[in-house]
This record gives sequence, C-alpha cells and structure tokens, in this order.
Amino acid sequence: MDQASLYNPKCETIPRDELRQLQFERLQSTLNRVYRNVAFYKAAFDSHRVNLERITDLQALQELPFTTKEDLQRSYPYDMFAVPLRDIVRIHTTSGTSGKGTPPHDMATGGPKPIVVGYTQNDLRNWRECAARLLTAAGVTQHDVVQIALHYSLFAEGFGFHQGAERVGASVIPASLATGVAKQIVVMRDFKTTVLVSTPSHALNIAVSLDEAQVSLERLSLRLGLFSGERWSDPLRRQLEERLRINSIDTYGPTEVMGPGVAGECHLRHGLHINEDQFLVEVVDPKTHAPVPDGHEGELVLTTIMKEGFPLIRYRTGDITRLNPEPCPCGRTFLRMAPVCGRTDDLVLVRGVGFFPSQIEGILAECDGVSPYFQIILDQEGGVETVQIRVEIADDIQSLDKVKAIETLRLEAARRIQTVLDIETKVILLEPGSLRRLPGGAERVVDRRPG
Amino acid sequence: MLKIRNLEAGYGPLRVLKGISLHVSPGEAVAVIGANGAGKTTLLKTIAGVLKARSGEIAFDKQSILGRQAERIVGLGCSLVPEGRHVFPTMTVRENLLLGAFCRRRTNKGKDLDDSLEQVYNLFGILKERSSQLAGTLSGGQQQMLAIARALMSRPRLLMMDEPSLGVAPLVVRDIYETIVTLKRNGLTILLVEQNARAALAVADRGYVIETGQIVLQGPSRQLSDNPEVQRAYLGKEYRSIDE
Repeated sequence: MDQASLYNPKCETIPRDELRQLQFERLQSTLNRVYRNVAFYKAAFDSHRVNLERITDLQALQELPFTTKEDLQRSYPYDMFAVPLRDIVRIHTTSGTSGKGTPPHDMATGGPKPIVVGYTQNDLRNWRECAARLLTAAGVTQHDVVQIALHYSLFAEGFGFHQGAERVGASVIPASLATGVAKQIVVMRDFKTTVLVSTPSHALNIAVSLDEAQVSLERLSLRLGLFSGERWSDPLRRQLEERLRINSIDTYGPTEVMGPGVAGECHLRHGLHINEDQFLVEVVDPKTHAPVPDGHEGELVLTTIMKEGFPLIRYRTGDITRLNPEPCPCGRTFLRMAPVCGRTDDLVLVRGVGFFPSQIEGILAECDGVSPYFQIILDQEGGVETVQIRVEIADDIQSLDKVKAIETLRLEAARRIQTVLDIETKVILLEPGSLRRLPGGAERVVDRRPG
Repeated sequence: MLKIRNLEAGYGPLRVLKGISLHVSPGEAVAVIGANGAGKTTLLKTIAGVLKARSGEIAFDKQSILGRQAERIVGLGCSLVPEGRHVFPTMTVRENLLLGAFCRRRTNKGKDLDDSLEQVYNLFGILKERSSQLAGTLSGGQQQMLAIARALMSRPRLLMMDEPSLGVAPLVVRDIYETIVTLKRNGLTILLVEQNARAALAVADRGYVIETGQIVLQGPSRQLSDNPEVQRAYLGKEYRSIDE
C-alpha cells in the first residue's frame, strides 16, 4: 500500500471493529443531539415510538424513521438546523429541485423550496478533510494545478472541491462556470492545469471545443479529471479519457448530506470509498424500504454522524447504487459504493443541475396560451447537453398577429423556466394535438443523450 | 484499551447514566466534560467498579470488567484518582503511597516498591520532601498530587482522574496539568473527567460532552473547543440571548 496516497492514513485504514465502535458512539451522540435540538426529529422519533435508549447497536439504526427530500423542503429555510443561526458560518442550497407533482415556484413566492444547508466551523473543517481525502485518493498532490469548473454559487460543489484542494496544497483555480468554455481552455493551457474538476458533460464540452479553439492536446498539461454532479455512462467515461487523455475519477456528494467529499474513487477506480467515519451507509429497496444484501442495487440511505449544523438521520438520497464490502487493495477499510446508476424519482440531471418534469409542467401551466401537453427532449450537441421543451399551443389562442404572439409566448416560457430552474432551454411550440398521446400518459422525457 | 457501550448506572431509583458509549485507545488522553450532575463522576465510579452498572458493556483490554470488584479492576491496570482526593489524613504521605501499591503486595518485592516510590517522588518533588508528614496537613493541591501519586503506585496502564482541578488554586491547577502532560508523554493512557473544560481540552486528544447522562457531542479536543455550544456552556464565553 502506498501511504502517500492516503490523506489521513490512521482514519482511512481504521480496523472495521474500531470503526464500528466509533460509528456507534457518534451515532448515539448525534441522535441525542437531534432529539434535543431539532423539532422535526423529536416529532419523528416520538411518533414512531422510537426510544433512543434502545438504539444499542448500529443494526438498530433500522428502527429509526427515514428523512426524505420533502421533509427537508418543508423545513425551509432553517428548521432542520441543529444549532442556532449564529453558529452557522456557511449556507448553501440544493438546486431547487422539487418533489413530484408539485407546482414549482421561485424562492420568493412560496411553494416547494430548495433545501437549505448550514455549516458550522467544525462542519467546514470536516468537509475540507473529506474533500482532501477524496482528492488525495484520486492522486492530487501539492504539485498539481487544479482547475475547478463547477458552480460557485448557492450550490456547494465548487466550494467543496476548492477547500479540499487547498488543504491538499494544490494550486487551485476557481474557474467556475462563469468562465466560458473558450476562456476555460485558454486558462487550462496557459496555467498548465493538471487536474480538471467538473461535470462530465462540461468536460466533454471542453474536449469538443478544443478543436474550435485551435488548441491541441499536446499544449495541455492535463492528466486527471474529477467528476461530479451527473450520472455518467461507461462509454462517456472512456470517451472523456480518450479525448482529454486523462484518468477519470468519479466522486459523490449530495449537498444535503455535505457536498463533494461523501465518497470518491481511489486510484484503483473500482468503486467509491465512502467516508464511513462521518457517514453511515445503508442501501434499501426503494419500494419496501427493507435493506438489500450487499452487492444488490437499491436506494442509498445516508446518516451523518459528525455534522453539527445540519445532521441527517437515514436520509433517502434517491440515488441507486450497490455496496461492495470487499477490502480494497488500496488499504482503505471504508467500503465502496458503485457509481450511481439511477434515481428513484424522475429527477432529470442536465449540466449538473437537476429538475423534475413536474416543475416544467407547473411553469407552463402559468403561461397563457399553451396546453398542458409537453415533452422534454434531452440531447447533446457538440458535447453540450441541451434541453428542448416541445409544447402544444392552446386551441383557443386568439390573436390578430398570431406569429408574433407565438414568438412572444415561446420566449416567455423559456425565460420563466430559466428564472425558476436556472436551466437554459429551447421551447418549441406545436400545433394542438401533435404530441402523441400514449395510454397511461404522455412520454414526458425523451433522453437522446449518448451513453 | 477501554471500550464502553450503552452503559447505564444510577443510585436507587435515580438513573444517572442513560446509555453511554465511549472508548479510549492506548496512549490517548480523553476528556469527559459536562456540568455538575451530568453523570461524570458516576461514569468513572462505574468503570472503576465502585458502583454497579445496571446494563451495558465495559471492556478493558478486550475483556469485560462489568461487575468485577474494584480491587480486581485496579489489579488489571485501571486506577481511579477520586474526586476530593480521599487521602488518608492521619497516615503519612509515604504510607498513603504504599497503600496505593496494595494490589501488588503478592507479586512485588521491596525493591520494586522502592522503585515506584522513587518514580512518583521524581514526578512530585514536594511529596518526597514531606514523605513522613501526615497527609491531612498537606494543602489541597499537595493532597491532589498525593492522590495522583497513590494511584500511580498501582502501576496502572489507564489512569482515570475525577476533577483533579477541583478546589485547587489556579497556579496549582497548572502544575497538576503539567504533570498530566508528562504522564501522557510517558505513555500512560488517561481518562479525565472535568468541569474545567478549558484545562481538560488543552491536554486531551479527544473529548466527550455529557449532558444529563447522555453524550451529546464528541470529537477531537480542538473541534470541541471551537464548538460554540461548548464555549457557551463550559468555556465561559459570554452568553448573549438569541434573536432569531
């Protein structure tokens, strides 16, 4: 085992029986704290008749109720915080994804909300540590120049990698997504970037644009890519590795749980090590909620055992994966999860931002002149993921200047979607009745993205 | 070295410990901090076998010591420095120290005991000076040192200390804590219970915060010292009302 590839060897190679004691102690104090400090958990435990004193081993975790995305949305903005606001030093939100069948609203108007996550000083410290472990496992060192092409905004992604990379001692370039692709490439070439951190689709976008920018691969120093924020297929992964001549590393970290740093691949790239000293992991059947055996697919459920500001008990992530308890030759004793291969809900992930078809439905319902019949078409053009909304106009659209009215309507719909969901879409209006009506409902999402 | 799970204990109908889990690894110094009445002393007494546990597990060096008699536990290498010192006032300093080695009476010859005495005298010079003085005539701080020295006479591998700074002048607290640092450096494993959270967290590697018989926070000492809840409750930082 190469000790140099471990950021915190003592912790990352802890014997499993010691880990279990540590996890149990931390679980116990987390439960005691959330019961005292978070009204939601007090009510949830009381209504499920959970006696915390009976939680006498890790197995008993299964007696606790789940926490869902909807629970977190209902707590908007601060009701799930386990500490007073003055102890919180950072606030992030998820990308405003809403639950199934609920109309969307922007943050100002009420209705389903994004999830607001607060971090204390210690939470930030632990987050940095987790991200640093992940980067070190991937092979990032102080000799690297790390270019981070992710959201630096309300979303946590960019910050997570940023802090971790600084901790590792790398030279960090917070390129963010505000930097256009062309400029991103120039920075990459001139600053001799060795590690790119982005979503897979953004990386592909960069790869495709290299030709346009007339920058040859030989002029780049890139060797490694760390990816997050999207599901990606093996073919896309291979394509990225070939086109950018990099090794690719998959990472995992929902903002609600912490952000980047929950799990990541080591250099062997055979599953993502979960930072089990900070998170308890379960995989359950999404329908029956019963635990599934190791190696079988199910919904990932995470419990935070170190977080002070925003602890979560048995949080249903909605992500489908499977666990691998086999020891990894890298020496880490933390178990591994397979790359996320799906969602339990119909969340659509585009360019690292998620939305539900029901949100599009809700926005269109507020636009006069369109019918409720619509279809979302996901595609990829020149490496960039695109979203096309095809929607029928209403039968009763009355206007002297129909062409102009339709154009206005089209732009207005796209603008509203952009405002609410922060996603650029192309809206196409269709004649009434032109979308296929399928038995049991229309086919609302057509995914033509390769891979 | 020490591993505790779901420990419950109390006095009569009073439940004091309501499911405590903690561990101390070899060579570590671990602090348990909490307010008066939180269960800190009860915890140490239960580990030491002075008080009977109602349920739970206590393992010392991977063997269960739950329900064992107190002197057996000392014999295994786990000694307690009790709160309030409890030195024998009408005995000399030296006699107090020799009593501390009582559990070694069968296995040790005189030479060995002299070595141990020499070691604790090196640690606490004042005790050597006053070895034939009655313990009851020592100052509070000196009595505390005697209590620690007496516990060391049993040659423990785990030393448990209950409020070593209680009722001791601030300057002497510093001396006592310097001794604790020395002991730790010499490889002794330490479990320390304190209301004086600042002093305890300064020497400990890790800490647990106990509140009404339950552990509510834990982590590396630095993280606990930085935790605003701990600062307000135990480190005497100014408490301002919350305007939320």
